[in-house]
Amino acid sequence: MNFLDQIWLIPLFPLLGAALMFFFGRRLDPQPQSDVAIAPGVEPIYDEHAHGHSHSHGHDHGHSHSHDHDHGHSHSHDHDHGLAHGHHNHSPLKFLIKLLCPGMVLLSFIFSVGAIWQLSEKAPRIHELIQFTWIAGLPFHMANGQMATFQMDWGFLLDPLSSVMILVVTGVGFLIHVYATGYMDHDNGYYRFFGYLNLFVFFMLMLVLANNYALLFVGWEGVGLCSYLLIGFYFQKQSAADAGKKAFIVNRVGDAGFVLGMLLMMSVLGSLRFTDVNAVLHSGKFTAEAAGFGTLSVIALLMFVGATGKSAQFPLYVWLPDAMEGPTPVSALIHAATMVTAGVYMVARSAALFQLTPSTSGVVATVGAFTAILAASIALVQNDIKRVLAYSTVSQLGYMFLAAGVGAYWVAIFHLFTHAFFKALLFLCSGSVIHSLGGEQDMRHMGGLKDKIPITHWTMWVGSVAIAGIPGLAGFFSKDEILWQAFSSPLGGPVLYGVGLTTAAMTAFYMWRLMNMTFYGKSRVKPEVAAHIHESPASMTAPLTLLAIGSVLAGWLGTPKLWNLPEAFRSFEAWLEPMFASPLVEAAKEGGHDTSTEWMLMGLSVTIAVAGIFLARYLYHIKPEIPDRIEASFKPLHKVLYNKWYVDEIYDFLFVNGLCKGGGLLAGSFDRNVVDGGVNGAGWLTRFSSSVSIWWDTWIIDGAVRFGSFFVKMLSYPVCILQTGRVQAYAFFVVIGALVFFGYYVVR
Amino acid sequence: MYPITTVHYLALSAALLLIGTVGVLTRRNIVIILMSIELILNAVNINLIAFSHAAGNVRGQVFAIFVIVDAVAEAAVGLGILIALFRNKETVLADEIDLLKW
Amino acid sequence: MLTDTLLFYAFALITLVGGVLTITRRNAIHSAISLIVSLLGVAGLYLMQQAEFLFAVQIVLYVGGIMVLFLFVIMLVNLDQAAKQRQFNRQWLVALAAVAVVAAEIAYFMYRGAGSIHIAEAAVPGTPAGIGNTEMIADSLFGEYLLPFEIASVLLLVAVVGSVVMAKKRI
Repeated sequence: MNFLDQIWLIPLFPLLGAALMFFFGRRLDPQPQSDVAIAPGVEPIYDEHAHGHSHSHGHDHGHSHSHDHDHGHSHSHDHDHGLAHGHHNHSPLKFLIKLLCPGMVLLSFIFSVGAIWQLSEKAPRIHELIQFTWIAGLPFHMANGQMATFQMDWGFLLDPLSSVMILVVTGVGFLIHVYATGYMDHDNGYYRFFGYLNLFVFFMLMLVLANNYALLFVGWEGVGLCSYLLIGFYFQKQSAADAGKKAFIVNRVGDAGFVLGMLLMMSVLGSLRFTDVNAVLHSGKFTAEAAGFGTLSVIALLMFVGATGKSAQFPLYVWLPDAMEGPTPVSALIHAATMVTAGVYMVARSAALFQLTPSTSGVVATVGAFTAILAASIALVQNDIKRVLAYSTVSQLGYMFLAAGVGAYWVAIFHLFTHAFFKALLFLCSGSVIHSLGGEQDMRHMGGLKDKIPITHWTMWVGSVAIAGIPGLAGFFSKDEILWQAFSSPLGGPVLYGVGLTTAAMTAFYMWRLMNMTFYGKSRVKPEVAAHIHESPASMTAPLTLLAIGSVLAGWLGTPKLWNLPEAFRSFEAWLEPMFASPLVEAAKEGGHDTSTEWMLMGLSVTIAVAGIFLARYLYHIKPEIPDRIEASFKPLHKVLYNKWYVDEIYDFLFVNGLCKGGGLLAGSFDRNVVDGGVNGAGWLTRFSSSVSIWWDTWIIDGAVRFGSFFVKMLSYPVCILQTGRVQAYAFFVVIGALVFFGYYVVR
Repeated sequence: MYPITTVHYLALSAALLLIGTVGVLTRRNIVIILMSIELILNAVNINLIAFSHAAGNVRGQVFAIFVIVDAVAEAAVGLGILIALFRNKETVLADEIDLLKW
Repeated sequence: MLTDTLLFYAFALITLVGGVLTITRRNAIHSAISLIVSLLGVAGLYLMQQAEFLFAVQIVLYVGGIMVLFLFVIMLVNLDQAAKQRQFNRQWLVALAAVAVVAAEIAYFMYRGAGSIHIAEAAVPGTPAGIGNTEMIADSLFGEYLLPFEIASVLLLVAVVGSVVMAKKRI
């Protein structure tokens, strides 16, 4: 079986799963009254009298709502198990969904592995497979007057970069699917969830396997759509619906930049295919734009705007924390491992472009670093376990862009790779915690769970250690490489390094704050919740274990050169090297390596991380009363951090309110008067014309008909008079006739 | 006036015809009407005979025989109808038989 | 010549007066008798035109057949009641006027066309000796006009059947 020629199957399997769910899902999992997954504490819109007792479980408003009012944030309880069992709808065919959808992803994973295996034996390691031409050649003028043709193929490109991506997407995706079969078991809309999830995997695979920017954009938009669908999965909850809309709209802002970038690229470079673009850029026709913003820089900048939206960088990161309204598997898959990494992938794919534009690369690195420290600062004081992880994701994405910005593209991808493992692990573990606590998400009401949910505890421990950057686990290798590159690359510098280091410290701190508050110490769990604490089922803990193993081992593929381990332990860089090689990079590589500095920096980052861990332990385990005192003394700063630097409020003031008012204005007066007026006017016009028609028909047409009969009747009157019935009268007419007849001959 | 030419016979025939016509148009009694019709037929016969004599052959006379045959048939049937009518309507006045008026 | 003229005028007078009387008598019997007189006058006119056979037929058939039939029917249909009614219908004046106009027209035609009848008069042959009028008619009737003759007999049959059916009390 030639897997390479069947790479078109890799996105097709999950699409098939989604299609099957779309057509047959309802039959496999019929819902008692509606398809809507009802987040507990939400009043269903429809008549609840019909479903008396089964709803009484779902209406445990008590604690769920009290949480909402405690803080200024709207907390979303994406799942609420023990106390508010939704509707136990285990139809006999539900297992089919559990088999089918993860199975499709597993198939994709197997095919991916096979294809990559065969790719590795190929040289050069590029395999392009064009299935058909979607948009055939349209000639257009390039910026420099040349004629070029725009052709968009449905084509797949498998090379080292996309191979890493498909492994991440299908591998981690499969584990998350398996996890979700257990996690979403008690929710309505089971088939809908898995259909969306599979659809998302399809679009993500299209994104990473595309061979041209246009098809990548198709996948780009598609994952945005699925993100919206999945964030707003509990769409009857206002906050969830709003979060979905926010995600989509903010993404859209980025997409506008992406499209502009694509158009400019077409105009300047003449094609959107990766191979063509890379060939043109490497051909030496364009010199590196040293200073200022030339055309290429503008292209790169616009593409980066798109990446900002998708990968939640400043200023378009505001959707990611709100996206935690979606179910936890969604957060894990989309907002940790895959969708948000699409931006990083795209930047890496456009490496040739960014290599030629140092100014834009500088912007990328700066934005990445800034986002990293901003998000980390917000994560320090959040109380919702998922929010902490969300801001952590934003922060780690910042790291990836920092790496890409300083030219270390393979490091960015490497961090993407390891981050997928431990961030997905962390999200799934948090979901497991929430599941076992029956829906509790506030860390202030957790604690002391270490012995009660051991597997979750240990796997989360592994994940936290990994993200903190302790040597031996995955996070250390990738993060450390980023910090070194930030310091030593010609595009980097000590400032960027400093920001990165501070962020690393904060990362370690807030992660272990999370760990301490959740698992250690005295239990602050509410009594009615405490009675039901149970470990999650195997379908959930097995993926956790596998991801934990991955978090440990994944990093060993990219050990630093400093450690001088055998080649196999640096295979990641070697695998990706041909992607980012270019004549310019070769020239720049001659800078010497300062090994002692590198060791020093490595030690510094490890020390900082350990310090952060122990500080967190001190503040939240040993002396838990101190944080409140710190909060009291730094009240204004705490308030700013707690309220996310008021970014959302600023956006509301600047854009949202105006748009809403404008939209309201549009909806209200314009829509009512002009649009509805037009429609009503059309209706009035139709009725009027019909009444004209009626008048015409009644009076003119029928009148003509009736006139005909009237005319005949009128004519008949004289004739009627003649028809006397008396024969003699008729005889008389004969005589008259003869008279006339003779008369003619008389006068002739 | 002296020599009686064909024209005299024609004039006579015309006069008889007109008398018969007046009778048909004017009298109410159906029997009288039928008799007037006989007058008309006779007028025609006179005309035919006159021309037959003028032309010198008997064709006119043969025609006149046929006219007489016709008159006989018609008188018989007509009177039969009159009888039937009288039986149904109790009247022999043409004016009172106007069922076919509009 | 003179005899002819006198006879013609006599017969003409009888015919016309009989006709006028026919149409004006109140009593139907009187009408019928007047008609008989008129028919006799016509028969005389036939004789003057050397149509002997027709003269005989006229008397036998017309007077002896048809008029007898008329008389029977008059007596069958009780006309006393009708005799008391108004005899002339309402259109008598108009009819008279129309007929007068027609008469005028015919007079005009005859006045204008009298001269052209000589074409017919041209051939006045002497009747071939030995062949009488009846024989000639017989020749014509059974020779040249055999088909009309047969058809006429069928017509008479039809008339017989028709009149029987019409006059029956119950069909």
